[in-house]
Amino acid sequence: MTGFELAAILGNPEYVAMLVHGIEMTFIIAVCSWTLAMTLAVILLAIRFSPGRIGNAVVAAYVSYHRNVPTLVQLMLWYFGIYTILPSGLSDWLSAHSAEMIFAVVGLGLCQAAYFSEDLRSGLRSVNPGQMEAARALGHGYLSAMRFVLIPQGVRNALPALVNHSVSLFKNSSLAIVIGAPELTHAVKEIENLSFRTFEIYLIGTVLYLFFSLLIMAAGAYLTWRADPANGARR
Amino acid sequence: MIHDLIAIVDEYWLLLLIGQYPNGPLGGLANTLILSALSIAIAFPFAILLAFARLSKYRILRWPVTVLVYVTRGVPLLMLVLWSYFLVPLLTGADVPSFLTMLTTLVVYQGAFLSEIIRAGIVALGQGQMDAARALGHSYLSAMRYVILPQALYNMIPSMLSTFVATIKDTTLGYVINVPDLTFAASQVNNQLLTQPFQVFLILALTYYVICWSLTWLTNVVERRITRRRAGLVAPKRRGQLPISLTPNATEQP
Repeated sequence: MTGFELAAILGNPEYVAMLVHGIEMTFIIAVCSWTLAMTLAVILLAIRFSPGRIGNAVVAAYVSYHRNVPTLVQLMLWYFGIYTILPSGLSDWLSAHSAEMIFAVVGLGLCQAAYFSEDLRSGLRSVNPGQMEAARALGHGYLSAMRFVLIPQGVRNALPALVNHSVSLFKNSSLAIVIGAPELTHAVKEIENLSFRTFEIYLIGTVLYLFFSLLIMAAGAYLTWRADPANGARR
Repeated sequence: MIHDLIAIVDEYWLLLLIGQYPNGPLGGLANTLILSALSIAIAFPFAILLAFARLSKYRILRWPVTVLVYVTRGVPLLMLVLWSYFLVPLLTGADVPSFLTMLTTLVVYQGAFLSEIIRAGIVALGQGQMDAARALGHSYLSAMRYVILPQALYNMIPSMLSTFVATIKDTTLGYVINVPDLTFAASQVNNQLLTQPFQVFLILALTYYVICWSLTWLTNVVERRITRRRAGLVAPKRRGQLPISLTPNATEQP
Protein backbone atom coordinates (compact mmCIF):
# COMPACT_ATOMS: atom_id res chain seq x y z
CA MET A 1 0.00 0.00 0.00
CA THR A 2 1.44 3.33 -1.06
CA GLY A 3 0.94 6.70 0.59
CA PHE A 4 -2.18 8.62 1.33
CA GLU A 5 -4.04 9.47 -1.89
CA LEU A 6 -7.61 10.71 -1.86
CA ALA A 7 -7.48 10.75 -5.66
CA ALA A 8 -7.39 6.95 -5.66
CA ILE A 9 -11.01 7.04 -4.52
CA LEU A 10 -12.32 10.37 -5.77
CA GLY A 11 -10.68 9.98 -9.18
CA ASN A 12 -12.48 6.72 -9.80
CA PRO A 13 -15.96 7.34 -11.27
CA GLU A 14 -17.15 3.90 -10.15
CA TYR A 15 -16.36 4.58 -6.49
CA VAL A 16 -17.84 8.06 -6.67
CA ALA A 17 -21.05 6.61 -8.10
CA MET A 18 -21.17 4.09 -5.23
CA LEU A 19 -20.69 6.88 -2.68
CA VAL A 20 -23.41 9.01 -4.27
CA HIS A 21 -25.79 6.04 -4.27
CA GLY A 22 -24.96 5.44 -0.59
CA ILE A 23 -25.70 9.05 0.30
CA GLU A 24 -28.97 8.86 -1.63
CA MET A 25 -30.04 5.71 0.23
CA THR A 26 -29.02 7.18 3.60
CA PHE A 27 -31.16 10.21 2.90
CA ILE A 28 -34.10 8.09 1.75
CA ILE A 29 -33.91 6.09 5.00
CA ALA A 30 -33.47 9.21 7.13
CA VAL A 31 -36.24 11.26 5.49
CA CYS A 32 -38.78 8.39 5.33
CA SER A 33 -38.18 7.32 8.92
CA TRP A 34 -38.25 10.95 10.08
CA THR A 35 -41.66 11.41 8.47
CA LEU A 36 -42.93 8.13 9.92
CA ALA A 37 -41.55 9.02 13.35
CA MET A 38 -43.09 12.49 13.38
CA THR A 39 -46.51 11.26 12.25
CA LEU A 40 -46.50 8.52 14.85
CA ALA A 41 -45.21 10.90 17.54
CA VAL A 42 -48.16 13.25 16.98
CA ILE A 43 -50.59 10.31 17.21
CA LEU A 44 -48.90 9.05 20.41
CA LEU A 45 -49.06 12.55 21.83
CA ALA A 46 -52.75 12.85 21.02
CA ILE A 47 -53.40 9.56 22.87
CA ARG A 48 -51.27 10.75 25.80
CA PHE A 49 -53.23 13.97 26.15
CA SER A 50 -56.67 12.41 25.72
CA PRO A 51 -58.48 11.04 28.77
CA GLY A 52 -58.50 7.29 29.35
CA ARG A 53 -55.98 5.21 31.23
CA ILE A 54 -55.55 2.30 28.81
CA GLY A 55 -54.32 4.41 25.90
CA ASN A 56 -51.99 6.26 28.24
CA ALA A 57 -50.50 3.03 29.59
CA VAL A 58 -50.05 1.63 26.08
CA VAL A 59 -48.18 4.75 24.96
CA ALA A 60 -46.05 4.69 28.11
CA ALA A 61 -45.14 1.06 27.45
CA TYR A 62 -44.34 1.85 23.81
CA VAL A 63 -42.05 4.72 24.76
CA SER A 64 -40.40 2.71 27.53
CA TYR A 65 -39.68 -0.22 25.18
CA HIS A 66 -38.19 1.94 22.45
CA ARG A 67 -36.06 3.98 24.82
CA ASN A 68 -34.64 1.02 26.74
CA VAL A 69 -33.82 -1.41 23.95
CA PRO A 70 -30.80 -0.64 21.75
CA THR A 71 -31.72 0.48 18.23
CA LEU A 72 -29.49 -2.20 16.74
CA VAL A 73 -31.38 -4.92 18.62
CA GLN A 74 -34.69 -3.45 17.46
CA LEU A 75 -33.54 -3.57 13.85
CA MET A 76 -32.34 -7.15 14.31
CA LEU A 77 -35.65 -8.13 15.87
CA TRP A 78 -37.49 -6.63 12.89
CA TYR A 79 -35.33 -8.03 10.13
CA PHE A 80 -34.19 -11.41 11.51
CA GLY A 81 -37.21 -12.02 13.73
CA ILE A 82 -40.50 -10.47 12.67
CA TYR A 83 -39.72 -10.76 8.94
CA THR A 84 -39.58 -14.57 9.31
CA ILE A 85 -42.93 -14.96 11.08
CA LEU A 86 -44.91 -12.75 8.69
CA PRO A 87 -47.49 -14.50 6.48
CA SER A 88 -45.79 -15.78 3.34
CA GLY A 89 -47.65 -13.47 0.94
CA LEU A 90 -46.47 -10.39 2.81
CA SER A 91 -42.88 -11.56 3.21
CA ASP A 92 -42.72 -12.47 -0.50
CA TRP A 93 -43.90 -9.00 -1.39
CA LEU A 94 -41.33 -7.50 1.01
CA SER A 95 -38.43 -9.52 -0.37
CA ALA A 96 -39.39 -8.39 -3.86
CA HIS A 97 -39.39 -4.75 -2.74
CA SER A 98 -35.99 -4.39 -0.96
CA ALA A 99 -37.10 -5.57 2.47
CA GLU A 100 -33.96 -4.29 4.22
CA MET A 101 -34.76 -0.69 3.27
CA ILE A 102 -38.36 -1.04 4.41
CA PHE A 103 -37.39 -2.63 7.72
CA ALA A 104 -34.69 -0.01 8.28
CA VAL A 105 -37.26 2.75 7.79
CA VAL A 106 -39.85 1.00 9.98
CA GLY A 107 -37.41 0.10 12.76
CA LEU A 108 -35.75 3.51 12.93
CA GLY A 109 -39.05 5.35 12.53
CA LEU A 110 -40.87 3.46 15.29
CA CYS A 111 -37.88 3.88 17.60
CA GLN A 112 -37.49 7.59 16.94
CA ALA A 113 -41.24 8.20 17.33
CA ALA A 114 -40.84 7.45 21.04
CA TYR A 115 -38.15 10.11 21.40
CA PHE A 116 -40.02 12.68 19.30
CA SER A 117 -43.26 12.19 21.24
CA GLU A 118 -41.41 12.62 24.54
CA ASP A 119 -39.73 15.80 23.21
CA LEU A 120 -43.06 17.23 22.09
CA ARG A 121 -44.71 16.25 25.36
CA SER A 122 -42.10 17.94 27.51
CA GLY A 123 -42.26 20.95 25.21
CA LEU A 124 -46.03 21.18 25.67
CA ARG A 125 -45.83 20.56 29.41
CA SER A 126 -43.38 23.41 29.83
CA VAL A 127 -45.97 25.86 28.52
CA ASN A 128 -47.55 27.62 31.47
CA PRO A 129 -51.02 26.12 32.22
CA GLY A 130 -52.24 29.70 32.58
CA GLN A 131 -51.96 29.98 28.80
CA MET A 132 -54.69 27.38 28.37
CA GLU A 133 -56.91 29.04 30.94
CA ALA A 134 -56.38 32.44 29.32
CA ALA A 135 -57.15 31.04 25.87
CA ARG A 136 -60.33 29.37 27.15
CA ALA A 137 -61.32 32.60 28.92
CA LEU A 138 -60.95 34.43 25.60
CA GLY A 139 -63.52 32.09 24.07
CA HIS A 140 -61.29 29.48 22.38
CA GLY A 141 -62.54 25.88 22.44
CA TYR A 142 -60.11 23.20 23.68
CA LEU A 143 -58.94 22.26 20.17
CA SER A 144 -58.75 25.84 19.01
CA ALA A 145 -56.76 26.83 22.10
CA MET A 146 -54.40 23.92 21.45
CA ARG A 147 -54.06 24.84 17.78
CA PHE A 148 -53.48 28.57 18.14
CA VAL A 149 -51.98 29.02 21.61
CA LEU A 150 -50.49 25.90 23.17
CA ILE A 151 -49.00 23.98 20.24
CA PRO A 152 -47.03 26.87 18.70
CA GLN A 153 -45.37 27.58 22.06
CA GLY A 154 -44.86 23.91 22.86
CA VAL A 155 -43.23 23.13 19.53
CA ARG A 156 -41.01 26.17 19.95
CA ASN A 157 -39.89 24.85 23.36
CA ALA A 158 -39.31 21.38 21.94
CA LEU A 159 -37.31 22.53 18.88
CA PRO A 160 -33.76 22.10 20.28
CA ALA A 161 -34.51 18.55 21.46
CA LEU A 162 -36.22 17.71 18.16
CA VAL A 163 -33.17 18.92 16.21
CA ASN A 164 -30.85 16.85 18.42
CA HIS A 165 -32.90 13.74 17.87
CA SER A 166 -33.16 14.39 14.14
CA VAL A 167 -29.37 14.42 13.99
CA SER A 168 -29.21 11.20 15.95
CA LEU A 169 -31.79 9.66 13.60
CA PHE A 170 -29.55 10.59 10.68
CA LYS A 171 -26.57 9.04 12.48
CA ASN A 172 -28.53 5.93 13.45
CA SER A 173 -29.36 5.31 9.79
CA SER A 174 -25.82 3.88 9.62
CA LEU A 175 -27.04 0.94 11.75
CA ALA A 176 -29.03 -0.25 8.74
CA ILE A 177 -25.80 -1.80 7.45
CA VAL A 178 -26.34 -4.64 9.94
CA ILE A 179 -29.50 -5.72 8.15
CA GLY A 180 -27.87 -5.13 4.77
CA ALA A 181 -29.44 -1.89 3.57
CA PRO A 182 -27.21 -0.30 0.90
CA GLU A 183 -26.61 3.05 2.66
CA LEU A 184 -23.50 5.20 3.05
CA THR A 185 -21.62 3.01 5.56
CA HIS A 186 -22.38 0.02 3.36
CA ALA A 187 -20.93 1.86 0.35
CA VAL A 188 -17.85 2.76 2.39
CA LYS A 189 -17.30 -0.87 3.38
CA GLU A 190 -17.80 -2.02 -0.22
CA ILE A 191 -15.28 0.48 -1.58
CA GLU A 192 -12.84 -0.52 1.16
CA ASN A 193 -13.14 -4.15 0.07
CA LEU A 194 -12.63 -3.22 -3.59
CA SER A 195 -9.85 -0.66 -3.29
CA PHE A 196 -7.96 -1.59 -0.06
CA ARG A 197 -7.69 2.17 0.56
CA THR A 198 -8.94 1.84 4.15
CA PHE A 199 -7.73 5.15 5.55
CA GLU A 200 -8.86 7.26 2.61
CA ILE A 201 -12.35 5.83 2.28
CA TYR A 202 -13.08 5.97 6.01
CA LEU A 203 -11.90 9.56 6.03
CA ILE A 204 -14.26 10.38 3.16
CA GLY A 205 -17.15 8.59 4.86
CA THR A 206 -16.50 10.34 8.17
CA VAL A 207 -16.27 13.76 6.54
CA LEU A 208 -19.54 13.13 4.66
CA TYR A 209 -21.38 12.12 7.84
CA LEU A 210 -19.89 15.03 9.76
CA PHE A 211 -20.81 17.47 7.01
CA PHE A 212 -24.45 16.39 6.86
CA SER A 213 -24.79 16.24 10.66
CA LEU A 214 -23.38 19.73 11.05
CA LEU A 215 -25.65 20.90 8.24
CA ILE A 216 -28.73 19.54 10.04
CA MET A 217 -27.52 21.07 13.32
CA ALA A 218 -26.98 24.45 11.63
CA ALA A 219 -30.41 24.32 9.96
CA GLY A 220 -31.94 23.45 13.34
CA ALA A 221 -30.09 26.28 15.06
CA TYR A 222 -31.36 28.71 12.39
CA LEU A 223 -34.90 27.38 12.78
CA THR A 224 -34.72 27.73 16.58
CA TRP A 225 -33.39 31.26 16.19
CA ARG A 226 -36.14 32.16 13.71
CA ALA A 227 -38.85 30.65 15.92
CA ASP A 228 -37.95 32.99 18.76
CA PRO A 229 -40.38 35.93 18.77
CA ALA A 230 -37.45 38.20 19.63
CA ASN A 231 -36.05 37.52 16.15
CA GLY A 232 -39.11 38.32 14.12
CA ALA A 233 -41.29 35.21 14.37
CA ARG A 234 -45.01 35.83 14.29
CA ARG A 235 -46.33 35.84 17.84
CA MET B 1 -44.68 -19.17 22.07
CA ILE B 2 -43.87 -18.63 25.77
CA HIS B 3 -42.96 -22.29 25.94
CA ASP B 4 -40.43 -21.72 23.11
CA LEU B 5 -38.92 -18.75 24.94
CA ILE B 6 -38.53 -20.75 28.16
CA ALA B 7 -37.04 -23.69 26.26
CA ILE B 8 -34.42 -21.47 24.58
CA VAL B 9 -33.51 -19.72 27.84
CA ASP B 10 -33.35 -23.08 29.61
CA GLU B 11 -30.96 -24.52 27.06
CA TYR B 12 -28.72 -21.51 26.39
CA TRP B 13 -28.77 -19.45 29.59
CA LEU B 14 -25.10 -20.15 30.33
CA LEU B 15 -24.03 -19.00 26.86
CA LEU B 16 -26.18 -15.86 27.06
CA LEU B 17 -25.08 -15.04 30.60
CA ILE B 18 -21.33 -15.66 30.74
CA GLY B 19 -20.47 -17.22 27.39
CA GLN B 20 -18.69 -20.55 27.38
CA TYR B 21 -16.93 -19.59 30.58
CA PRO B 22 -15.71 -22.92 32.01
CA ASN B 23 -14.04 -23.82 28.72
CA GLY B 24 -13.93 -20.75 26.53
CA PRO B 25 -13.50 -17.01 27.05
CA LEU B 26 -15.99 -14.82 28.89
CA GLY B 27 -18.90 -13.60 26.83
CA GLY B 28 -22.62 -12.86 26.76
CA LEU B 29 -24.18 -10.54 29.29
CA ALA B 30 -21.02 -10.59 31.43
CA ASN B 31 -19.02 -8.97 28.64
CA THR B 32 -21.73 -6.39 27.96
CA LEU B 33 -21.79 -5.30 31.59
CA ILE B 34 -17.99 -5.35 32.05
CA LEU B 35 -17.53 -3.39 28.83
CA SER B 36 -20.04 -0.69 29.78
CA ALA B 37 -18.80 -0.40 33.38
CA LEU B 38 -15.15 -0.18 32.31
CA SER B 39 -15.84 2.33 29.56
CA ILE B 40 -17.80 4.64 31.85
CA ALA B 41 -15.11 4.33 34.56
CA ILE B 42 -12.36 5.33 32.13
CA ALA B 43 -14.44 7.83 30.16
CA PHE B 44 -15.36 9.82 33.27
CA PRO B 45 -11.87 11.15 34.22
CA PHE B 46 -11.16 11.56 30.51
CA ALA B 47 -14.32 13.66 30.16
CA ILE B 48 -13.32 15.89 33.10
CA LEU B 49 -9.97 16.54 31.39
CA LEU B 50 -11.76 17.34 28.12
CA ALA B 51 -14.17 19.69 29.89
CA PHE B 52 -11.26 21.52 31.59
CA ALA B 53 -9.50 21.83 28.26
CA ARG B 54 -12.61 23.28 26.63
CA LEU B 55 -13.03 25.78 29.47
CA SER B 56 -9.39 26.80 29.52
CA LYS B 57 -8.31 30.23 28.33
CA TYR B 58 -5.56 28.82 26.12
CA ARG B 59 -6.56 28.31 22.51
CA ILE B 60 -4.01 25.58 22.02
CA LEU B 61 -5.90 23.47 24.54
CA ARG B 62 -9.39 24.60 23.62
CA TRP B 63 -9.39 24.16 19.87
CA PRO B 64 -8.23 20.57 19.39
CA VAL B 65 -10.64 19.37 22.07
CA THR B 66 -13.53 21.33 20.51
CA VAL B 67 -12.76 19.71 17.15
CA LEU B 68 -12.58 16.27 18.80
CA VAL B 69 -15.93 16.76 20.54
CA TYR B 70 -17.66 18.07 17.42
CA VAL B 71 -16.32 15.27 15.22
CA THR B 72 -17.23 12.60 17.76
CA ARG B 73 -20.74 13.95 18.17
CA GLY B 74 -21.32 14.49 14.46
CA VAL B 75 -20.27 11.04 13.26
CA PRO B 76 -22.21 7.81 13.83
CA LEU B 77 -20.73 5.56 16.49
CA LEU B 78 -20.61 2.78 13.90
CA MET B 79 -18.17 4.85 11.84
CA LEU B 80 -15.96 5.37 14.91
CA VAL B 81 -16.07 1.64 15.63
CA LEU B 82 -14.87 0.92 12.11
CA TRP B 83 -12.16 3.57 12.48
CA SER B 84 -10.77 2.08 15.66
CA TYR B 85 -11.07 -1.41 14.21
CA PHE B 86 -8.23 -0.63 11.85
CA LEU B 87 -6.55 2.30 13.63
CA VAL B 88 -5.98 0.72 17.06
CA PRO B 89 -4.02 -2.30 15.74
CA LEU B 90 -2.14 0.05 13.39
CA LEU B 91 -1.09 2.36 16.24
CA THR B 92 -0.23 -0.33 18.77
CA GLY B 93 1.27 -2.64 16.19
CA ALA B 94 -0.22 -5.70 17.88
CA ASP B 95 -3.22 -7.94 17.47
CA VAL B 96 -5.66 -6.15 19.78
CA PRO B 97 -8.74 -8.09 20.92
CA SER B 98 -12.00 -6.61 19.65
CA PHE B 99 -13.09 -6.09 23.26
CA LEU B 100 -10.29 -3.56 23.83
CA THR B 101 -10.95 -1.91 20.47
CA MET B 102 -14.59 -1.40 21.42
CA LEU B 103 -13.54 -0.15 24.85
CA THR B 104 -11.32 2.51 23.25
CA THR B 105 -14.12 3.63 20.96
CA LEU B 106 -16.63 3.86 23.77
CA VAL B 107 -14.21 5.80 25.98
CA VAL B 108 -13.66 8.42 23.28
CA TYR B 109 -17.33 8.57 22.30
CA GLN B 110 -18.81 8.68 25.80
CA GLY B 111 -15.96 10.93 26.94
CA ALA B 112 -16.98 13.52 24.35
CA PHE B 113 -20.64 13.33 25.38
CA LEU B 114 -19.87 13.37 29.11
CA SER B 115 -17.49 16.29 28.71
CA GLU B 116 -20.32 18.34 27.20
CA ILE B 117 -22.53 17.44 30.19
CA ILE B 118 -19.76 18.36 32.66
CA ARG B 119 -18.95 21.59 30.84
CA ALA B 120 -22.61 22.58 30.82
CA GLY B 121 -22.81 21.79 34.55
CA ILE B 122 -19.77 23.94 35.32
CA VAL B 123 -20.98 26.80 33.13
CA ALA B 124 -24.44 26.62 34.70
CA LEU B 125 -22.94 27.23 38.16
CA GLY B 126 -21.98 30.72 37.07
CA GLN B 127 -18.86 32.76 37.47
CA GLY B 128 -19.91 33.90 40.97
CA GLN B 129 -18.87 30.66 42.69
CA MET B 130 -15.43 30.76 41.12
CA ASP B 131 -14.99 34.46 41.96
CA ALA B 132 -16.03 33.87 45.55
CA ALA B 133 -13.67 30.92 45.92
CA ARG B 134 -10.80 32.87 44.41
CA ALA B 135 -11.58 35.79 46.73
CA LEU B 136 -11.34 33.42 49.71
CA GLY B 137 -7.81 32.54 48.67
CA HIS B 138 -8.35 29.32 46.69
CA SER B 139 -6.18 28.83 43.64
CA TYR B 140 -7.90 27.97 40.34
CA LEU B 141 -7.36 24.23 40.74
CA SER B 142 -8.22 24.23 44.41
CA ALA B 143 -11.41 26.20 43.74
CA MET B 144 -12.33 23.67 41.05
CA ARG B 145 -11.55 20.75 43.36
CA TYR B 146 -13.36 21.99 46.49
CA VAL B 147 -16.04 24.38 45.25
CA ILE B 148 -17.03 23.99 41.60
CA LEU B 149 -16.69 20.27 40.83
CA PRO B 150 -18.55 18.93 43.90
CA GLN B 151 -21.58 21.08 43.12
CA ALA B 152 -21.44 20.55 39.36
CA LEU B 153 -20.99 16.76 39.59
CA TYR B 154 -23.75 16.46 42.16
CA ASN B 155 -26.18 18.26 39.86
CA MET B 156 -25.13 16.09 36.95
CA ILE B 157 -25.76 12.68 38.52
CA PRO B 158 -29.06 12.12 36.60
CA SER B 159 -27.52 12.91 33.21
CA MET B 160 -24.56 10.68 34.10
CA LEU B 161 -26.87 7.78 34.86
CA SER B 162 -28.67 8.23 31.56
CA THR B 163 -25.28 8.25 29.85
CA PHE B 164 -24.70 4.90 31.53
CA VAL B 165 -27.90 3.55 29.99
CA ALA B 166 -26.77 4.92 26.63
CA THR B 167 -23.41 3.17 27.07
CA ILE B 168 -25.06 -0.19 27.65
CA LYS B 169 -27.11 0.37 24.52
CA ASP B 170 -24.01 1.44 22.57
CA THR B 171 -22.06 -1.71 23.42
CA THR B 172 -24.34 -3.58 20.98
CA LEU B 173 -22.43 -1.97 18.11
CA GLY B 174 -19.49 -4.18 19.01
CA TYR B 175 -21.48 -6.81 17.11
CA VAL B 176 -20.08 -5.33 13.89
CA ILE B 177 -16.48 -6.09 14.92
CA ASN B 178 -17.35 -9.36 16.70
CA VAL B 179 -17.08 -8.31 20.34
CA PRO B 180 -18.34 -11.42 22.19
CA ASP B 181 -21.13 -9.60 24.05
CA LEU B 182 -24.80 -10.37 24.58
CA THR B 183 -25.85 -9.52 21.02
CA PHE B 184 -23.08 -11.71 19.66
CA ALA B 185 -24.08 -14.57 21.98
CA ALA B 186 -27.69 -14.27 20.85
CA SER B 187 -26.72 -14.40 17.19
CA GLN B 188 -24.63 -17.51 17.98
CA VAL B 189 -27.67 -19.10 19.59
CA ASN B 190 -29.67 -18.12 16.52
CA ASN B 191 -27.10 -19.76 14.25
CA GLN B 192 -27.29 -22.97 16.27
CA LEU B 193 -31.09 -23.08 16.34
CA LEU B 194 -31.87 -21.63 12.90
CA THR B 195 -35.60 -22.32 13.36
CA GLN B 196 -36.69 -19.69 15.89
CA PRO B 197 -35.03 -16.36 15.07
CA PHE B 198 -37.97 -14.33 16.35
CA GLN B 199 -37.89 -15.95 19.78
CA VAL B 200 -34.10 -15.56 20.12
CA PHE B 201 -34.10 -11.88 19.24
CA LEU B 202 -37.13 -11.28 21.43
CA ILE B 203 -35.18 -12.71 24.38
CA LEU B 204 -32.28 -10.42 23.45
CA ALA B 205 -34.51 -7.35 23.34
CA LEU B 206 -36.24 -8.24 26.61
CA THR B 207 -32.90 -8.75 28.39
CA TYR B 208 -31.68 -5.32 27.34
CA TYR B 209 -35.05 -3.89 28.30
CA VAL B 210 -34.88 -5.26 31.85
CA ILE B 211 -31.34 -3.97 32.44
CA CYS B 212 -31.84 -0.53 30.93
CA TRP B 213 -35.27 -0.10 32.47
CA SER B 214 -33.94 -0.77 35.96
CA LEU B 215 -31.21 1.82 35.42
CA THR B 216 -33.75 4.33 34.09
CA TRP B 217 -35.85 3.69 37.19
CA LEU B 218 -32.79 4.31 39.38
CA THR B 219 -32.16 7.56 37.48
CA ASN B 220 -35.69 8.73 38.20
CA VAL B 221 -35.38 7.89 41.91
CA VAL B 222 -32.06 9.71 42.20
CA GLU B 223 -33.39 12.69 40.26
CA ARG B 224 -36.39 12.96 42.58
CA ARG B 225 -34.15 12.81 45.65
CA ILE B 226 -31.87 15.50 44.27
CA THR B 227 -34.84 17.74 43.51
CA ARG B 228 -36.13 17.23 47.05
CA ARG B 229 -32.73 17.94 48.52
CA ARG B 230 -32.35 21.09 46.45
CA ALA B 231 -35.75 22.23 47.69
CA GLY B 232 -34.40 21.83 51.21
CA LEU B 233 -36.74 19.01 52.20
CA VAL B 234 -33.85 16.67 53.04
CA ALA B 235 -30.60 17.91 54.51
CA PRO B 236 -27.39 16.66 52.89
CA LYS B 237 -24.94 14.60 54.96
CA ARG B 238 -21.35 15.75 54.88
CA ARG B 239 -18.30 13.83 55.92
CA GLY B 240 -16.89 14.84 59.30
CA GLN B 241 -19.96 16.85 60.17
CA LEU B 242 -23.01 16.13 62.23
CA PRO B 243 -26.03 15.51 60.03
CA ILE B 244 -28.07 18.68 59.96
CA SER B 245 -31.65 17.77 60.51
CA LEU B 246 -34.65 19.98 60.03
CA THR B 247 -36.53 18.19 62.80
CA PRO B 248 -36.72 19.94 66.21
CA ASN B 249 -34.86 17.28 68.21
CA ALA B 250 -31.77 17.39 66.04
CA THR B 251 -29.62 18.19 69.06
CA GLU B 252 -30.29 14.76 70.52
CA GLN B 253 -28.47 13.01 67.70
CA PRO B 254 -24.96 11.78 68.49
